[in-house]
Amino acid sequence: MIYDSVIIGGGPAGLAAAVKLAEKGYEPVIIESRDRLGGIPLQCIHPGFGLHLFREDLTGPEYIYRFIDRIEELGVKYVLEAYVEDIVNYSMISKKVRITSPKGVEVVEGKTLIYAAGARERTRYEIGLPGPNAAGIYTAGEAQTMMDMYGVMPGKRVLILGSGDVGLIMARRFVLEDAEVVGVVEILNYPSGLVRNIVQCLQDYGIPLYLQHTVKEIRARNGRVSEAVITRVDENFKPIPGSEFTVEIDALILAVGLRPRVKLLKKLGVRIDPRSHGPVVNDWLETMDAPGLFVAGNALMINDYADYASMQGYWAAESAIEYIENKGLPSTRWRRVVPGENTRLVVPQYLSGLRDAWLYLRVSTPLENARLVIPGLGREIPLIHALPSLQLRLMLRREEIQNAGEELVVEALER
Amino acid sequence: MTEELVITCIVCPMGCRIRVLKKDGEVIAVKGYSCPRGREYAVQEATRPLRVLMTVIPCINGDLPVVSVKTSKPIPRDKLLEVSRYLASVSVEAPVEIGDVIVENILGLGADIVATRPCKRVKN
Ligand SMILES: Cc1cc2nc3c(=O)[nH]c(=O)nc-3n(C[C@H](O)[C@H](O)[C@H](O)COP(=O)(O)OP(=O)(O)OC[C@H]3O[C@@H](n4cnc5c(N)ncnc54)[C@H](O)[C@@H]3O)c2cc1C
Ligand code: SF4
Repeated sequence: MIYDSVIIGGGPAGLAAAVKLAEKGYEPVIIESRDRLGGIPLQCIHPGFGLHLFREDLTGPEYIYRFIDRIEELGVKYVLEAYVEDIVNYSMISKKVRITSPKGVEVVEGKTLIYAAGARERTRYEIGLPGPNAAGIYTAGEAQTMMDMYGVMPGKRVLILGSGDVGLIMARRFVLEDAEVVGVVEILNYPSGLVRNIVQCLQDYGIPLYLQHTVKEIRARNGRVSEAVITRVDENFKPIPGSEFTVEIDALILAVGLRPRVKLLKKLGVRIDPRSHGPVVNDWLETMDAPGLFVAGNALMINDYADYASMQGYWAAESAIEYIENKGLPSTRWRRVVPGENTRLVVPQYLSGLRDAWLYLRVSTPLENARLVIPGLGREIPLIHALPSLQLRLMLRREEIQNAGEELVVEALER
Repeated sequence: MTEELVITCIVCPMGCRIRVLKKDGEVIAVKGYSCPRGREYAVQEATRPLRVLMTVIPCINGDLPVVSVKTSKPIPRDKLLEVSRYLASVSVEAPVEIGDVIVENILGLGADIVATRPCKRVKN
């Protein structure tokens, strides 16, 4: 059996891709490593999903069940508790992946691959947090799974490291479960999360936010975390001596960012963009190094909204269909997208000029009353209030891309 | 008695700081908003802030030990903890579907507690 597409990962991106393929009469298969479909939104019980795609404010599970129900209706095949270990045997017309499941090891073959394996959370080792290896230290995702999938409380007196939306939302979750949140610690001099979450998750409950602070050390008693030493930092993020204070805790929650899961892609020789931490792709969301391998969702770049991940899933599925029908995508003169001043990342990295394309981007520093400029296209868009933590996107028309040179610089300039 | 409240508008990412002046509980002046939606939000926040509550409750014989729920509409902010504590003693029997009403008119607030995730029944 050769599937039209083997989809790796059953979250917002993978499920959307599967729905699109099946609706157009193609036969995909979804490989999902957990015991159920859904990905991250399953465990995100707060609202904030679906505003872009459905114009409704849904909780994570309500959002993702719209896709899961459709998958069941369409009779799309999926395999659960099946982990894709390797992409083996790669060619223009056939791609094989090796999966391990309770049934053993098997090889699944597709004409195309849609890689939608999501992101992994950064760990304490990546941020160099010293101290003993103690119980009670969790990533935000682990804590969320414990509480909101299994009903187990990770702690009663918690400190949260990281003020992105993930950290802020977790703070409120703990308070509503009658735990005490001693504070949210953020190394930057501004909070990374949305204003809405600062107000509704911290201010509503009087939770202190320590900006320009970090956790310098953790201490443990009887094998469980018992204290955190918090310190102020200078502009270079160096601890300021004498500014330390200690808080008693029984859990530390790390909400220090996500990284696209790219191990399998790297093994295959796909280039990784050091800015997005995801693969280098063109405007079919096809990797530049492996034809017929499409990437969508958090595996491509970290998306603020599940809606964007799903839209990239649709996009990858449409590209896969084009690939299947034409036995490959047309070759073309590529225009390279180059992040310029104040621009942290731009995806996709290459544009064909053969289709309209969304550009997803982030600025590298907070900007007020700035403008987003693409000189090569004569485009200019006002940015009233831009933060690195706010994902931006804009649509480029095929005709304007066609007239562009080899390189398209995208930059954010202050007025 | 007059009091001034400073409210951060959350309607859009601009995050305007809006000042609401109240006299004997009545709003008498609003300053610092950049659009009418922001003014409306600030007045609501200054008089009766409302929030949707989300939590989980045990699901007996379910394929997961808990099911996620929310209030069917926003409730007064100062009732959030009370409702959350009340729900700590509520459980439900599987199967549960999205939208199932678990508690009607919770604590007389006019909102229901509804399920936001299905929970399949498993034999146990
Ligand atoms: C705490 C938190 C709060 C959030 N809040 C919001 C919000 O309010 N609104 C909003 O719109 N978005 C929110 N998001 C963002 C949203 O959840 C993500 O953008 C979205 O889930 C990304 O979808 P995805 O399909 O790329 O990845 P995921 O949802 O991570 O799905 C990837 C799937 O792939 C599977 N997988 C991974 N590796 C393999 C493998 N090798 N083999 C097989 N399967 C594999 C995983 O098990 C997973 O099911 C939030 C995220 C977090 C962490
Ligand atoms: S007042 Fe208007 S512009 Fe300002 S944050 Fe609120 S909605 Fe946005």
